[in-house]
Amino acid sequence: MHIQEELSQRHVLSLTVSNEAGILARIAGLFTARGYNIDSLTVADITQDHGVSRITIVTNGPPKVIDQIIAQLDRLVPVHKVTDLTEAGPFVERELALVKVAGVGEDRIEALRLADVFRAKVVDTTIESFIFEITGTTEKIDNFVGLMRQIGLVEVGRTGVVGLIRGKEAN
Amino acid sequence: MAEKSGADILVECLIDLGVEVVFGYPGGAVLPIYDALYNHPTIKHVLVRHEQGATHMAEGYARSTGKPGVVLVTSGPGATNAVTGITDALMDSIPMVVITGQVPTQLIGTDAFQEADTIGITRHCSKHNYLVKTPGKLAEVIHEAFHIATTGRPGPVVVDIPKNVQIATAPYAKPQLKVHASYRPQTKADAAGIDAAVEMLAAAERPVFYTGGGVINSGPQASALLRELAALTGAPVTSTLMGLGAFPASSEQWLGMLGMHGTFEANWAMNQADLILCIGARFDDRVTGRLDAFAPGSRKVHIDIDRSSINKIVDVDVPIVADIASALEDMIALWKQRNHRQVDLTQWWSRIDGWRAKRSLDYAENGVEIMPQRAIANLYAATQATGKDVIITTEVGQHQMWAAQHFGFDAPNKWLTSGGLGTMGYGFPAAIGAQMGNPDSITICIAGDASIQMNIQELGTASQYRLPVKIFILNNEYMGMVRQWQELTYESRYSNSYSDSLPDFVKLGEAYGWTGIRIEGPQELEAGIRQMLETDGPVIVDCRVAKMSNCFPMIPSGASHTDMLLDPNQIAGVMSDEAKALV
Repeated sequence: MHIQEELSQRHVLSLTVSNEAGILARIAGLFTARGYNIDSLTVADITQDHGVSRITIVTNGPPKVIDQIIAQLDRLVPVHKVTDLTEAGPFVERELALVKVAGVGEDRIEALRLADVFRAKVVDTTIESFIFEITGTTEKIDNFVGLMRQIGLVEVGRTGVVGLIRGKEAN
Repeated sequence: MAEKSGADILVECLIDLGVEVVFGYPGGAVLPIYDALYNHPTIKHVLVRHEQGATHMAEGYARSTGKPGVVLVTSGPGATNAVTGITDALMDSIPMVVITGQVPTQLIGTDAFQEADTIGITRHCSKHNYLVKTPGKLAEVIHEAFHIATTGRPGPVVVDIPKNVQIATAPYAKPQLKVHASYRPQTKADAAGIDAAVEMLAAAERPVFYTGGGVINSGPQASALLRELAALTGAPVTSTLMGLGAFPASSEQWLGMLGMHGTFEANWAMNQADLILCIGARFDDRVTGRLDAFAPGSRKVHIDIDRSSINKIVDVDVPIVADIASALEDMIALWKQRNHRQVDLTQWWSRIDGWRAKRSLDYAENGVEIMPQRAIANLYAATQATGKDVIITTEVGQHQMWAAQHFGFDAPNKWLTSGGLGTMGYGFPAAIGAQMGNPDSITICIAGDASIQMNIQELGTASQYRLPVKIFILNNEYMGMVRQWQELTYESRYSNSYSDSLPDFVKLGEAYGWTGIRIEGPQELEAGIRQMLETDGPVIVDCRVAKMSNCFPMIPSGASHTDMLLDPNQIAGVMSDEAKALV
């Protein structure tokens, strides 16, 4: 007997939650307990009184599982609202990465040239290295990091995705 | 404003919330609360023998009275011992509030004596939980905890209170209920869903009501409304294990339980239906059997208070998120308003009668051994004859299924069993809790010889509080359900399923001041049961039944409703790896 895997789709979920102790563990734990996937998870408080946080989760799974993830998240007492940005309509998603690249001579110049193409900023430098700051979609950052790997990638830090629905309404 | 200690605030809250009974066990981290409860005039504390017992007692109390069960245990081992019962209550949607002591706040995280991360451990086996770090917050948390435990889909809520918070003081006034703005369970159905459901019901030629524990949780009114809707439509009704009693077993429209050990007629009706109205059930794997063969030609309406139950396992045509009583009330009102009449279901009923004629619950008797089914049937008849209110609890295994099949339930809240988690050791403490809440009822735990031993220490609790609980053990000297599966799947290799070194249950009961009765053969059965029912105090009955009998009918794992095994001769002895891998 072999275990079959189902085809997955990527979804970006945006949650507003009461900013209270243990909320992150509650959400992360729900994903592990029920066998759901987390590709990235970001969290920060977003209101003036620090009472509400937005959590953005990139997950993947078959449509039925995505539907369950949303229903299960919605059931948690401190969760205010769950929006599936991927389903809800056009939305903007961004990720920020810091990319450290080492090299001298032509490699160094090529790194700067590529950074310019990707509109990445230099935020730290030594004679033999740069740290670039880049924002964009996950795909754009993947591409940039892939190119830097060929030049002399040292290490990467990424924030994970945040996203908002386009248009003037709050969701 | 006068200041009160955390412990006193807690007790004030329990009084305000109408708590009459607390099941618990003292320890270092709850001593201040126990002192506040010392000789308390209105709150009765039931001292258990093990914290797991306290949680199941609270479940039995809650399920039989409709009120939340309350548990009080100490930190560390007190809390971890309660985890099984908390998980059980979550799986079966039982309202329960568990108060756990915790080491003082300044010692949290230092591996202090009897410290456990109770909040971390119970985070995913409770509906919600709290660590209260200041006595000023305590009242508001306790009130919210009871609200969350009892509303929406009920469940267990854990409140962890560090010892210094129990001792420190804060101004106290009875709090206004302040609930998380995000907690707003939907109880009233959307009109469109009700409309669609009623129209489908009015047009269905082969409808079945598939009901579950949600009807019981919604309160006695939901059971009454279910009966009314069934009478209006003339539809057949089946139920899950958890829903038994919501619809009367004595009704002509009753098909019996469905699922793995359900009746032939219930499972075939599900398979052949053109409309399944699922009311407060959740398409559990024990009910559906093989999913791709489940009710293939039917449209499905699903009423559930928990949106995450809908489309979790089986996709439905009409989802209705609502409290069962509220949704049924809306459906009945609309049915009447539109002057719908019963569809002629004669053909459907004649097919059902054909399936009934299989008499799938029948069993062969040899006159030498007591068949376990016979023991249950006689117990049912004898309890009926008393004319008194009867509450049945069970442990988990063959005896549980036989009780579900052969004991008839005509009212809700009289059948207490561990369905979702399947916890051996549930039934006996649940009976103690039920007896506590229903002092005038006959409360019987139907048990197996193996599972009764999982919380046997609570014999002492029943003795201490003079609770006349009855334990009726179907003793076949096996973990019968394990043995049955080994026969079905592993060519009868009985790996560790024989109950070796059983105690003398009669003497064990007597050691605790109980009456012990042994029933050895068919000729002793009636008299033994009568003696049990006529004895005033607690009684333990060791009923020796046929050792090798198995529970039928059965849908083996991985099979469809139409592939039921009706008798022991159909046992195959081996299974494919795919079937073996299912639970």
